[in-house]
Formats: sequence, C-alpha cells, structure tokens
Amino acid sequence: MRSILTLAGLTLAAGHAAGEGVELEIEIPRLDVAEYHRPYVAVWVARPDHSVVSNVAVWYQQESRGAEEGETWLKDLRQWWRRAGRSLDMPVDGVSGPTQAPGKHTIDLGPNTDLEPGDYQLVVEAAREVGGRELVTIPFSWPLAEGTSSTAEGERELGTVILRSTAP
Amino acid sequence: MKLNLPKAGACLTAAALIAAGTASAHRAWMLPSTFTLSGDEQWITVDGAISNNLFTPNHVAMRLDGVTVTGPDGAAVEIQNASSGEIRSAFDVLLDQQGTYRLSSGGAGYFASWQEDGERKRWRGTAETLAAEGIEQKPDVEISRTVRRTETFVTLGAPSDGVFATEGTGLELKPVTHPNDIYASEEVSFQFLLDGAPAEGVSIELVRGHDRYRDVEGAVELTTDADGMVTFTPDTAAPYWMSAEHESEGSLNGQPIAVRTSYVVTFEALPF
Repeated sequence: MRSILTLAGLTLAAGHAAGEGVELEIEIPRLDVAEYHRPYVAVWVARPDHSVVSNVAVWYQQESRGAEEGETWLKDLRQWWRRAGRSLDMPVDGVSGPTQAPGKHTIDLGPNTDLEPGDYQLVVEAAREVGGRELVTIPFSWPLAEGTSSTAEGERELGTVILRSTAP
Repeated sequence: MKLNLPKAGACLTAAALIAAGTASAHRAWMLPSTFTLSGDEQWITVDGAISNNLFTPNHVAMRLDGVTVTGPDGAAVEIQNASSGEIRSAFDVLLDQQGTYRLSSGGAGYFASWQEDGERKRWRGTAETLAAEGIEQKPDVEISRTVRRTETFVTLGAPSDGVFATEGTGLELKPVTHPNDIYASEEVSFQFLLDGAPAEGVSIELVRGHDRYRDVEGAVELTTDADGMVTFTPDTAAPYWMSAEHESEGSLNGQPIAVRTSYVVTFEALPF
C-alpha cells in the first residue's frame, strides 16, 4: 500500500504530448450556517474495485493547535480513511495541505506518465466539523481525450467538480 | 439463552439461569465512544451495562473487575477513570499505539446450588474455592461451569489483527472481516471457535442498536456452519450487538456438569 501511495501527488497523463495536462477544479460552497469550519477534503484516484491508485490531495487542519489535533478528524473522511488514509503516515509531501476557503480551487494534475491506460474514478470527499459529509466521483478512462472535461455536482458540502484535459 | 451477569453478592444458580431462558432480554454490552480513530494518540470512553435495550442502560451496570484491554502489541492496557453506577459502568482508555485494541469483559467460573437446612443455597466461585469449600459434597448439589466474554474492538489508524489471538476456552470470535472494517451493504464473515476449534451449529443473535426507537426489535438468528462461520450483511449503518451461546455436558471429577459459554461482540457498520 505504502509503495503505491508514493505515487501520491499526481500521476495522471500517459500519451499526452508535452504541454498538455490535466487539471481538477473543486468548488467548496459558501454555506450560511451559524458555526462554519472549512471542510476537510480528500481527493484520490481509484480503480473500479475502489483500490487506490494515487492520492491527489488531503486538505486538513495542520496548523495552530498542531498536526495531532487536526489528524483527530481525518477519520471522518470515511471512505478516504478506509481506502488510503489509515495506511499513510501523515503528513504526505505533495498531498497534505491546509483547509481551503469557499470558492473554486484548481489542482494541476499533470502531465504525468505513470498511469496505465484503463478505467478509473476520481473521488472527492469532504467532511466538515459540525457539518456534513459528501463524496462525489467522476469515472474516467485514461488517457483522457484531448480538450474534454467531466463534471460531477455535489449537493451540500461540495459544489461543482470538474476533471479537465487541458489543451497544449 | 442470556446469561444475567450477577452483581456482587447475588449469585444466580444454574437452575435460575435455565429458568431465565430466552424470555430474558438482559443483554451484556460494552460500547466505546468511537470505534475508529485517527491521529497519534486518542482517548475513548466506554460504557458497560446489562440492559434490556441496546445500547440504553436500564438494568444493571457491568462489573469492571473482569475487564481487560489488550493493545495492538498484545500487552495489557490499563483502564482509567473507571466508575460503576447503578445501571452503567464507564471507563476510559488511552490509545497510543497504532492498530486494533480488544476490550474484553468476563471470565470463567463455577456455579453451584444445593438444599441445606430447608433452603436453596447458591454459590459462585473458582475451581480452587469449589474444592476448598467442599462444594461437591453438598447435598443434591448441581454444579455448572460458565465461560463468558463480552467484547468490543477499537482501532487507532490502520486495523491490525494481533489481538485476535484466542485462548482456546469457551466461545471465542476469530474475525475474518475485521470488526472495525464493517460497512453497510457489505458482507461480513466471522468465525466462532469453541474451545479453540471451529464451533459448528452455534446459535448467533444479531441485533441492531437503538431498538428502543423501533416497534420491532428485528433480531436476526444465524447458525454457524461446519467451519464455525457466519456471514451477514448489515443493511444499515449503526452499532450492532452480536451474541453466541452454547451449552454442552462436561465433567468435574468424573461427575457430569453443564458447561455454558457465551460470547458477545459490539461493532459498528459505517455508511458506505
């Protein structure tokens, strides 16, 4: 498990010409609630059988009260915790990051050359303190067709998630 | 049959235990505040009771003198802040190793009852006190042996299986599916052992928690197969209570006695 996850960070892009790439856009919705905490968010690439190919990002509270405090709630990213998190030593370079404010966030996923052609799913899971949890998936075939994008819509904790093959 | 764990000084006889039969809904359980945790070090608090409803204390507290906690490395872990109320006991455990902990309550012992001076005498003790007090020589004595365990498992970090080592006495659980890796709509397999060997034909009862909020308890009856295995699929994310019971004839110094053993495990199924 751990050796696989050293791919962590970003492993998409076989067969793409130099300059092409893949990016992911994640929208964290602005919520009108009395007590708002930024969500914990995990992003990973899985095979159809749910096994993890690559961790892309984990946004969680790492500062102020110390990483130990923040790691207490990592298990609330339930699917990610089951599939990947519990076997990792956090933080992971290139994957761990601080929680993000509401708005649209773009993650550059490539180019990379490690991902075998085949069917995968991109999974984005969000869990918010005194809030809810939501998981959205974008199935995709690798390599992506040039200039295409796939979209998934969250309903509560996530907004629009877009996986995009960028033009050269 | 539900074994009603007696409070100190109130020893149930074998006869009383039989009479209780399946009509008794007294269920022993331990419920940790959290089953699955992350981070370097975490506290859990655990409730223990014998109650009619799961997991609502409403009968008697679980005795804590038979509680043991085993860490991922197999070493004993001390319980902290232990307290026993009238209807619920509680204790805390500091988890500071990554892996799975076993929380176990119970023990093995003998029950006896006999007629003396026109009264029914009831006694409970160990093999040593049984011999020392000459219990076997009491008039019309009935003796039974009991091995019972009430367990639960919690995991800090990734699940491990070091705590699944069994003792080879009475009914024990040998998880196939890890008890901290159970999800609604996914099949679970557990193996039960009786005196260390696969326990065939053992009756298993599975009840989802929060039964006080349902009109129908909905207990599921299962029976172990030739390999001691049961499989089931929790349909709802919730805490669950599973109980296995078995009775057989044993012997004590050449005399037949009833041997009763029970195993209870509490676990949770998480939303997929």
